[in-house]
Amino acid sequence: MTVTFVVNGTPRQTDMAPETPLLWVLRDDFGLTGTKFGCGIAACGACTVHIDGEAVRACQIPVGDVWGDVTTIEGMAQDDTLAPLQEAWVRHQVAQCGFCQSGQIMQAADLLSENPDPTDEDIDAAMGGNLCRCGTYSAIRAAIHDAARVLNGGRAG
Amino acid sequence: MSRLGKITRRTLLVGAVAVAGGAAFGVYQVRKPVTNPLRPEQGASLNPYVIIDQQGISIIAPRAEMGQGVHTTLAALVAEELDADWENLRVLHGPPAAAYFNAALAHGALPVPEYNMKDWQRRVTEGLGAASKLLGLQVTGGSTSTVDGFTRMRMAGASAREALKAVAAERMGVDAGDLRTELGHVIAPDGTKIDYRDLASEAATRDVPQVALRNPDDWTLLGRSLPRSDMRAKVTGQAQFSTDIVLEGMKFATVRNCPYLGGGMAGFDPAPALALAGVEQVLDLGDGVAVIGSNTWAAMQGAEAVEIDWTPSPLPATPDAMFDQIARAFDARPNSTMRDQGAPDEVAAEIEVEYRVPFLAHSTMEPMGATAVLQDGHLTLWVGNQAPREHAKVAAEAAGIEVENVTLHTVFLGGGFGRRVETDVTRQAATLAAMLPETPIRLTWSREEDMRHDFYRPAAIARMRGAVTEGRAVLFDAKIAAPSVTRAAIGRIIGREMGGPDKGHVEGAFDQPYEIPNYRVAGHLAELDVPIGFWRAVGSSFNGYFHECFIDELAHAAGRDPLQFRLDHVGAESPVAGGVLESVRDLSGWGAPVPEEVGRGVAMTWSFGTPTAVVIDLERENGGIRIARAFMACDPGLVLDPAIVRAQMESGLIYGLSAALMGEITFTDGRADQGNFPEYDALRMFNTPRIEVAIVQDNPHMGGVGEPGTPPAMPALANALFALTGQRVRSLPLLPHADFLV
Repeated sequence: MTVTFVVNGTPRQTDMAPETPLLWVLRDDFGLTGTKFGCGIAACGACTVHIDGEAVRACQIPVGDVWGDVTTIEGMAQDDTLAPLQEAWVRHQVAQCGFCQSGQIMQAADLLSENPDPTDEDIDAAMGGNLCRCGTYSAIRAAIHDAARVLNGGRAG
Repeated sequence: MSRLGKITRRTLLVGAVAVAGGAAFGVYQVRKPVTNPLRPEQGASLNPYVIIDQQGISIIAPRAEMGQGVHTTLAALVAEELDADWENLRVLHGPPAAAYFNAALAHGALPVPEYNMKDWQRRVTEGLGAASKLLGLQVTGGSTSTVDGFTRMRMAGASAREALKAVAAERMGVDAGDLRTELGHVIAPDGTKIDYRDLASEAATRDVPQVALRNPDDWTLLGRSLPRSDMRAKVTGQAQFSTDIVLEGMKFATVRNCPYLGGGMAGFDPAPALALAGVEQVLDLGDGVAVIGSNTWAAMQGAEAVEIDWTPSPLPATPDAMFDQIARAFDARPNSTMRDQGAPDEVAAEIEVEYRVPFLAHSTMEPMGATAVLQDGHLTLWVGNQAPREHAKVAAEAAGIEVENVTLHTVFLGGGFGRRVETDVTRQAATLAAMLPETPIRLTWSREEDMRHDFYRPAAIARMRGAVTEGRAVLFDAKIAAPSVTRAAIGRIIGREMGGPDKGHVEGAFDQPYEIPNYRVAGHLAELDVPIGFWRAVGSSFNGYFHECFIDELAHAAGRDPLQFRLDHVGAESPVAGGVLESVRDLSGWGAPVPEEVGRGVAMTWSFGTPTAVVIDLERENGGIRIARAFMACDPGLVLDPAIVRAQMESGLIYGLSAALMGEITFTDGRADQGNFPEYDALRMFNTPRIEVAIVQDNPHMGGVGEPGTPPAMPALANALFALTGQRVRSLPLLPHADFLV
């Protein structure tokens, strides 16, 4: 049985079993390895992607149940132009080992789409499911505030 | 990686430039030039750090990028002298090669405290760097990378620059002394420019120019915060880790190792696994199985489904029995007494207490993994690792081939913290590749495998005796018992039994800059065969806690302010450490009255060459306790990239606080009781404190920054809990003892 859905704007199909988690279809079938495996039980957020703009844990979504268009970290930049969140991540030099950062960025993008001007508390609440063992949290928080300013027409900084 | 692979295997447009030792430029050089691994077939003494081809300049970093930013700083050392264009550089991991030995690994070898080493002792340790060369220890660890590369990498850049200028001078018919270099070009007095790329091939054939290194006052890259070379790849998902390599016809694997550590496998039934969709093979690994599938999830489902008859672990059956075994080490003579001042046995103790810390997992964000393929008798591996030569050697053994037939690509490490020195996953990947020749294998461990098959930070017990008189400590007598990381890990890595006093076992306790008249630290090595290894800050990760919590107890017994008490004992012994304490005092506003709902704790540990002090503020909130604020001050001496140093300090602090608050691995029947993040969590954004970092540069010797933030974080947290509650918890983690908000 073939499952078909849109990933990063392109229709894709997989022959993997429908109960296979989306994460492994992205990584092992489509070669979209920017989405990471960290725990397999939705406890770390490393596999966060969007379905119709909503942040979900790809390790928990059977590919047969994907209900909308999927966006991964590879779909955030348009050609060579980084998304505002990615630009902010670069300005604040957020990443250390980098392994959790795809998930962090995808989670943050969902937050900003719902809450264009989040407080520290809003950010802490939204990002609580995304673990970072390098401890980049303060840089992530600063980058989210910065990206929010840019998206609201303000100056980066 | 493929670029480097091509470069190392055949000629291409390589313009690597020769460099030799040049004893005039410092002590890190070696007299005989190293063999350049980038063009081994040439056999010439070429520069192993710089490649210039038609695409531009690549700098080869001899150390692994595991988040600590070392690629950026090592590349900046070369670029500073080479006058390369920072925005258009590539930084690559070096292949396994003796040329990339880490001389600074030996700097901590003498059994004396680093803080007051005499100049002659420093020279001796630097001489010991030659031992690293002989062993070819290409290891990333011990917070040594920048110290090791500081002179060597600049030399590489300077020599390359001068060779390029010499070629340009001939072509232009001018004196090389009249040329300058900028952004990857040689520029003549009349403004004529020649691109390095057009000079490189010829420059590579030149003798090594001996040149002086630039004065730090003239630096343009070093000393400021540079954009990290790995940042863009890491925010776009393009950075490649061990299991991100895509190869034609690849199969996906996972393993299930015997969870009862030291136990084995009596037999297994693969049938339930083979009945699952996507599961293709179940392979016998001796003490476990590997499952090969059409995707990783199928392999993981299959691994769970295999029915396996495990044989039991020889380890003590309960966590308490483990600690009993460690405590037995106190009955035997100490392995070391590296600090022994005054007559501790003749001073009556006012305080006699015992501290305990648990086993800890590294819990890197990226579970262990590797990609491997054996083709035509040649094994190619992609694995993020901290010791490429050891990994290549183990892979060759596992595949039954010569190490010359192994190509090992070091890819980005999704966290290292000491875990990826270990070669276990590389061995498995090579074994699987050899079992399935011509088939690329992507091996991914589950989180549970990763947590249950770590090389753990050992549990440890400290027995402390202390006394104070007239506001000062007069007795600090510590006995520390734990299994030896040094013996376990060094034994695994270099296959040699380590004898003699074990400095790593007592580092962080025996070598602290306090002036106490009766001051003794004895190390007792426990016989307990749990797999243990280097965990961020190693011995200092538990000794820093023991030492600094007990100093706090002495301050309390003396009725003194704990920060001023420390300053009084440290100031005369080490002005550098005293300066760090003063800095954190000023940064945190220590001494000002704090509200009743706030508790402040302080600690200071000198580790890996860098004294680091931490103040933690705890705050009562809605009936719970929040880790509200953290203040850090460190003195690593000369700072090459302030933003990276700050990031490493924060990182080390959060790693330490996570462990102190909630990190604990326990074993029942030899099997780790914790398997995934719900049982072994870490700080998250909402319970991470606001952090401020002050960087002091008064230390005359360059220290490390990756590890020193971790040791003082743990006692500072415990001391803050005491300040808030009056409760002196003498074991970690703290979460079971107090109502922290998590």
